[in-house]
Amino acid sequence: MTDYRTDLSRVRGLGSAKSGTEHFWMQRVTSLAVLILFPFLFYSVIYLAGKPLADVQEYFSSPLIATLAILLIALLAHHMRLGMQVIIEDYVHTNSRKLTLLMLNIFFSTFVGAAGVISIIKLSLGA
Amino acid sequence: MANVELRSKRPLSPHLTVFRRYVNMVMSILHRVTGAANYFAILLPVAWLVAAASGGDIFAFVNGLFATPLGLLVLFGASWSVIHHALGGIRHFIWDAGRGFSIPTVIKLSWATIILSLVLTVALWVFVMIVHGGL
Repeated sequence: MTDYRTDLSRVRGLGSAKSGTEHFWMQRVTSLAVLILFPFLFYSVIYLAGKPLADVQEYFSSPLIATLAILLIALLAHHMRLGMQVIIEDYVHTNSRKLTLLMLNIFFSTFVGAAGVISIIKLSLGA
Repeated sequence: MANVELRSKRPLSPHLTVFRRYVNMVMSILHRVTGAANYFAILLPVAWLVAAASGGDIFAFVNGLFATPLGLLVLFGASWSVIHHALGGIRHFIWDAGRGFSIPTVIKLSWATIILSLVLTVALWVFVMIVHGGL
């Protein structure tokens, strides 16, 4: 069977979508990172539930807590973006609808990540 | 790939109507459904964070909303959805490692996912209630 791939595409080994296994790999990496941070998430939820604002600010004033929280929300934002991308690609086949939804997914995920990170920074630096 | 509307309406091969509902199939569907639900449910903690960063009145409002019976119900459901999706993810990691593909193991892992998700969700809420002396 004749292989019609160019030499460059063959040596890059990235396939027709040009990104190769990047999506699969990043989904795995973000999943594992979030799983590792899960105990921190549970601890934070149990500690922060129903607490007054002063306690919340004090909790996030710790640089370590702020770092873990920022990493968690940023990783979650990326993980959910990749996941929803797969769902959209699986079920939406009208080009105009698919491209719109893919863009909305990027916008929404980025907004969630940015809102979370900026809020944590603000809480951490104090009022 | 041609726009779907231009193609003739050919029949699809049956799926939901012909396969018996095995637990692993239901867990797989739930993994996607909980993933999609989490996608939107993350707005709950993000709204809480933005409210906390915004100040006293807004924060009190959001906390108040979360404390209502409906709010607590939604939070309970969202926490179950997150935990179930995470456990399903662990199941996928086991498969990624090349293990657990035999049918009995798949069935066991699937049952473990749903049972453990309920147990962990209830445990989380019990912990929260202990730390805060009730709801």
